[in-house]
Amino acid sequence: MLIFVARRVLAVMPVLFGVTLAVFSMLFLVPGDPVKMMLAEFVTNPDQVAQMRAQLHLDEPILQQYGRFVGNAVRGDLGTSIRSRRPVATEIAENVGSTAQLALASMAVAIGLGIPLGLVAALGRNSWLDVAAMVVALLGVAMPSFWLGLLLIFAFSLHLGWFPATGGGDLHHLVLPAVTLGMIAAAIIARLTRSSMLEVLGQDYVRTARAKGLAWWGVVVRHALKNALIPIVTIFGLQFGNLLAGAVIVETVFSRPGLGRLVVGGILAKDFPLVQGAVLFVAVAYVLINVLVDVAYAFVDPRIRVA
Amino acid sequence: MKSGRRHGLGRQRGAIVGLVILGGLALMALGAPWLSSRDPIRTAARDALQPPGARFVLGSDQFGRDVASRVLHGARVSLTVGLISVSIAVALGAPLGLVSGYYGGRLDGLIMRVMDVLLAFPGILLALAIVSVLTPGLTNVMIAVGLSAVPTYARLVRASVLSARENLYVEAARALGGRDLGILTRYILPNVVAPLIVTATLGLGTAILSAAALGFLGLGSQPPQPEWGRMLSEGRDYLREAWWISTFPGLGIMLTVLAMNLLGDGLRDVLDPRLQV
Repeated sequence: MLIFVARRVLAVMPVLFGVTLAVFSMLFLVPGDPVKMMLAEFVTNPDQVAQMRAQLHLDEPILQQYGRFVGNAVRGDLGTSIRSRRPVATEIAENVGSTAQLALASMAVAIGLGIPLGLVAALGRNSWLDVAAMVVALLGVAMPSFWLGLLLIFAFSLHLGWFPATGGGDLHHLVLPAVTLGMIAAAIIARLTRSSMLEVLGQDYVRTARAKGLAWWGVVVRHALKNALIPIVTIFGLQFGNLLAGAVIVETVFSRPGLGRLVVGGILAKDFPLVQGAVLFVAVAYVLINVLVDVAYAFVDPRIRVA
Repeated sequence: MKSGRRHGLGRQRGAIVGLVILGGLALMALGAPWLSSRDPIRTAARDALQPPGARFVLGSDQFGRDVASRVLHGARVSLTVGLISVSIAVALGAPLGLVSGYYGGRLDGLIMRVMDVLLAFPGILLALAIVSVLTPGLTNVMIAVGLSAVPTYARLVRASVLSARENLYVEAARALGGRDLGILTRYILPNVVAPLIVTATLGLGTAILSAAALGFLGLGSQPPQPEWGRMLSEGRDYLREAWWISTFPGLGIMLTVLAMNLLGDGLRDVLDPRLQV
């Protein structure tokens, strides 16, 4: 097990190297002079441009700049936001909690809705329930989260007044964004649960269990669902990444503070250090979460460790 | 087996529904200037926020522009953006996958590591990062959405090539002294086409969704261009007084993506049953 963890962590190192390199080079891929672009609106004085260049260490050799970038990032220094003049790391730290809360709550919505929906569809295969569940899942996959969010605001805050339309902070503000974001993942999980369940239900051990005279529900839950969940767990990591990225949009819909709003605001304000820092943070977090999911998966299913 | 066949037929019915919706959308997109007599861009303050009715079939927005006309022209934008983005992704991803899978070795390792790095940016984050570098705008959205889908196609094509390469007829062609380029295009490419068509069809839906999301965030098309994502964000502030401004573009996006998904699923059943999840 320890060897598996070590191997998995080692395998991820080149990816992390590549991610830092990609985020670092973002600044050099910008057409035109990045410094002038950042200053464009309020500074034209060449001395100030040169000063800014030195301040950002853009006058050093590229390799040295990259070394500094990674070294600083490892120590938690992601530079200074141009707009707020505060450390990017501080801005991220203030917003990460809100996004993590949203991602976790949506995951709960996705699992709580998706697995029962897929289960019901599989058990009543080709019945009207199956058709209805799969139509819901199909619509869910095609639904733009920003439209679903607006519809939920229209129904549950403007008309019924149950939940606030915008803002963040407490649980009350979390409900609509979490449902919006979780619904799409729920549709994917429901479709996967259905097909996985149908496959398992056709297995010999399920027939044997039923032939032994075990209660039908017991067979479904203890023998079938338990095995059907294995492929579903594998996509949790991937889905979590999608939720993190989806948060960018949902946070904007609900004017909710978070990493997504930070990135979008940064792009619109041409606050490059902020965008770089936040993108780097999310990508590295995503890679590390996937390692954790893999390790957890290997813990649950010993067959993985060998492969 | 019998139920399996019925299941397959049901899927094909879905594909037909998808095709019909897409046909309608394509007609809307192509015929937009003739189907609506009103200008989708010109504003008229005294016509602002009219509900759907005889004068404005789908109502008017806060600038007095005809929502129906804007939705029709928006179909043009969305379908074009989807097609161009996926073309970019396939044009870059397919050759990378072909080379990677056929030659293997260090080149394969290098290409796949680069793809791994791109995949480390989840979902729309990669497109966001690219847009931030290229600066916001509709053209750059197409490039960003296209580039961020490259790893999907590179990996898919590589996997198809790896399995096609093992066929006896490929070995035979090589033994007969066939050149690499000839073998690649004549014997390997045909094996790649089916899964590529299926994935590209599904990818169209994803691309349209991503582009609309970037439009919604204000990073895509710039006003006054009628683009569905942007229309939704413009209608956001008038949700209470004028639900129609955001509802119809939203429906447009959902129907388009739904049609692509139905068609893609159907094509998968016909062309490549192995791909089924």
